[in-house]
This record gives sequence, C-alpha cells and structure tokens, in this order.
Amino acid sequence: MAMPEISRATSAALVVEATGPLALVEDAGRFGARHLGVTQGGALDWISLGWANWLLGNAPDAAGIEIAMGGLKLQAASRMSVAIAGADLGATRDGEALPANGSFVLEPGQVLAFDQPRAGLRAYLALPGGIDAEPFMGSLSTVAREQLGGLDGRGSALRVGDRLIAASDSAEIREMPFAPAMPQGEATLELVTGAQIAHFDGASLFAAFNQAWQVDSRADRMGVRLTGPALRCQLGGMISEGIPLGAVQVPPDGQPIILLNDRQTIGGYPRLGALSPIACARLGQCAPGTSIRLSPVSPQQARRAYLHQLALWR
Amino acid sequence: MSRSPSPVLSLSFGMETVGMDALIVRLFDAIDEAHMPWILAADNALRERFGEVLIDLVPSYTTLLVHYDVARLSLGEARQWVGEALQGLEPASTAAGREHRIPVWYDDSVGPELTRIAERLGVDVDEVVRRHTGRDYCAFALGFSPGYAFMGMIEESLATPRLKTPRQKVAAGSVGIAERQTAIYSMRSPGGWNILGRTAVELFDRDRDEISLFRPGDRVRFESISREAFIEQGGDTTPLEER
Repeated sequence: MAMPEISRATSAALVVEATGPLALVEDAGRFGARHLGVTQGGALDWISLGWANWLLGNAPDAAGIEIAMGGLKLQAASRMSVAIAGADLGATRDGEALPANGSFVLEPGQVLAFDQPRAGLRAYLALPGGIDAEPFMGSLSTVAREQLGGLDGRGSALRVGDRLIAASDSAEIREMPFAPAMPQGEATLELVTGAQIAHFDGASLFAAFNQAWQVDSRADRMGVRLTGPALRCQLGGMISEGIPLGAVQVPPDGQPIILLNDRQTIGGYPRLGALSPIACARLGQCAPGTSIRLSPVSPQQARRAYLHQLALWR
Repeated sequence: MSRSPSPVLSLSFGMETVGMDALIVRLFDAIDEAHMPWILAADNALRERFGEVLIDLVPSYTTLLVHYDVARLSLGEARQWVGEALQGLEPASTAAGREHRIPVWYDDSVGPELTRIAERLGVDVDEVVRRHTGRDYCAFALGFSPGYAFMGMIEESLATPRLKTPRQKVAAGSVGIAERQTAIYSMRSPGGWNILGRTAVELFDRDRDEISLFRPGDRVRFESISREAFIEQGGDTTPLEER
C-alpha cells in the first residue's frame, strides 16, 4: 500500500475487446446500507466466484467478473494468471478450448473468449488479488438499477475498451480439487421455512414441497419466478418489511418469486421462508425451464452446510 | 383530521425466523407515527448489542429485519441477543429523527395528477397543495430505490390509489402520493404513484457525507415554491410526460 501508483502501473490488465449485455463486476455484495434502500448485490453464484478466487489464492469474496450471456472477449495486455469457475461457457484461449473450472496463464496478446452457456448460466472470472477499482460502500458489486458499483462506480456493465486491472502482481495457483456440477434440467433447492408460512393453507404447503416447479423466463438478478401449482395464503394485506436474500414470496397470483441479490430491500408479499445461501447460488445457475424441487430445511441445517462451504476455502 | 396516535405504554414483541441468517423483530401490527420512536429505539439497541456481528438492520413501519453473521453467531444466540437488547426499552425522543423542509414546485407539467386530484375533490389546485404541505410527515421506511422514503400519513381526503398502469419513467425528484403515503423518487425509475410536483433536492448523493438525505424516523415537511425558485435551485423543468 506504500506506493499504490507504481503497483497499479505494473499490474497486469485485460482489455475488453467485445462484450455481451451481462458481464458484471461482482464481489460478495454491499452491506450495511439496506436501511437506506441500498440493495445487497454481489455474485449470484457466490460459490463459483469463491472457487475462481480460490484457484488463484485470493480471498473467496474478492471481486471478479460474472458472465451471464457470453459474448465476452478479453485480450491480455501483459502476462497474467487467471481462473474461471461455474457455468461452462465454452471458454477458449486463442481458440483453444479451456476447462470450465481451472486456472491458466494468458501471454501478452492472447484472447480469452466466452461463448453461450452449455451447462449452467453464469461463469466467473478471477484475476490475481481481485479487480483493482474504486469500491462504493466497501463493494465493487454492480447494480445497474441503483447506478452503483462496477469499474466506473455508476453501475455499468463491462464495455469495449475497459481495462480489468489485477489487484495483485502475483497469484498462488491451486488445482481444482473436484469438478463442481452445474444444474442440468433439474435442481433441488433447500428452503429455510419461516416468515408467513403458517398462513398458507395445507394443500398449498403440500404442493409447494411435493410438486415440481419450473424456472420461468422472467428471471434476473432481482428475482426468479417459478411456475407451478397456485399457492394460497390466508393473509390479506401485509405491511412492508425487510426482505432477506432468497426470500420466497408469493404474490396474489400464487406463483412464487425468489428474491435474489439485487432485490428491493423491503416488500409486502407473504413468504414461505428463504432459500439457503447455497440454494441461492445453485438457482443462479438454473436456466429457464429447469425443474425445481423445494426441500424444507431448518436454519441450523442450512447454517451447517454454509459453514462447511466456507471451511473448504480455508 | 387524523386521529391522535394512541400512546404505547410498554413494549411486547415477536421474533420470526425468516432465513438462515435473519430474524424479523415484530413490534406492532399497524402503521402509526406513534410507533416510530419505539422502532428507532429498537434500532439503536439492536445495533449496539450486535455490534460487528450485525450485517444489516432494516427497520420498517412495524418491524426490524436483523441480518447477522452466522459464522460468528448461532440462531439461538441471536434470539437471546434480541431479547437482551430490547429488555426495558424506552421510546426514543421525538428529536431522534431529523427534520427536513423540502421545497417543491407543484405544477401540472411536472405533476400530472395535481389537477385530476383537485377535480375529484372539487377544489382548486392551490387547495391540494395546501393540504399536502399542511402537515409534517414521518419517514416510516426506506426502500424501492436508494434514498426513497415511504412517508405518511397524508390527509385522508388526498388518499389516492396507485395508477392502474405504472409509468415507465418517473423523473428523479418527482413528489408522489399513493393511498395515505407520500414519497419522492430518488432516481429516475418506473413508478405508479400519483405525481404532484418536483423538488430539486438530491435525496441520494454518493459524494455527500450523509449519502441518503433521509433516514427512517426523520420528519419531513413540504413547502410550495415558484417555478423561478425551482429553477434557481437547479431544478429540471422538463415535463414528466416528455421523458
């Protein structure tokens, strides 16, 4: 930190040559300002971002790039180690196929390209030490709706000509210990039951946990709609209250919406509870049409699984 | 006239699990300005008790969402801490919330529902403005977008349902009403509230020490200004429907 200007000048960079609509700088999210209406943001599949970072020896919550629709091409301006994890977007280095999860070196002038998703939805790209840019409220997470985060601090997605600068000159390269599986056509999502669940009728609760749901095409970083049996809640109007990550809210049409990282901070529809963080990460990789089963879990079970995931990166 | 708020003599509360790492603390069942001193007191007490283990605390009308770090606290401990924090709670003084005066240019060009509401009430536009500026409002909660405060309660005669079809774009600074609440759009966004006018005040400014002008529990009063004064304050006079 003594000479930031020099370290910045010598740090390796990737230059954006082409980009799709949804290549976003994301980290673990922006915390401490939800009472001011500022949403959480952050990588939807925080586990894959964590693995991409782990492959380079970064902290699991260091900022990387979330690539949702492919179409991204980056040229190395200097020699750099990078890592990718998450969805298989048919990544290539100068046309040569790369594994969906792993680290590799880019020589100056080499081009890293991402195509359309083949398994999962979102790939994560990590740079040594994370991405060097000015955080807002402790986070680089991009929230377009709030005009916050990203390289320009104004919520912009990556643009042609942008330079991704590594926050560190060196990486501690690691091997992926196993191949993480992406949801393929179906997924089970753990739901911590609670909130207004007692106000749903018995038949609705039976259906919620025993029938299959479909991921709707109305899905983005704010929330994902499920279609399936109509759920009925006896609760009439509700006064808006704070909404946790993964909240499974049921509007009057009976079709649940799972609220994700860029959700509004308060809301007034009854909820069955909230997905566990691990289930939220999995949902971030579920394409429209994926068949979903909701599996009720206790907060204690969800916490054990979450702490186990964090321990893998120590 | 609004009914006078009933005094709350002592506090009882409920706790609900709403996720792996979040609890809702429920203090009340209805919206009432008299509840805000209790919500603010609970907010302070919970922030103090949870300290660094608190990730986010979101007060709203009748509840507080407590989001804590599960790597450092179990659910059982979190519930116990909430109980300890709220034991013997006293309501915050009314001075706990700050006071704001918000200058508004009330005009049909930037507030298309002004005339419609006046016609419905059979009064002139000035009377609608007089009623909207005639009392202090309480910021019950922030949400929808950064710095956007849900405020109330507006005079009963002004209560108006949301637009059947929300607008695709509502200009930043637009002052609106819906049912018995009022709010200011903190940034350009879609929205379904009835728009009466516009303010040049920036509600959310990343370069300011207090990035959000409003905090939950603040008190807000609108005042009517001329087009000239609005322009002098840096206001944008582009009509709402041309955006």
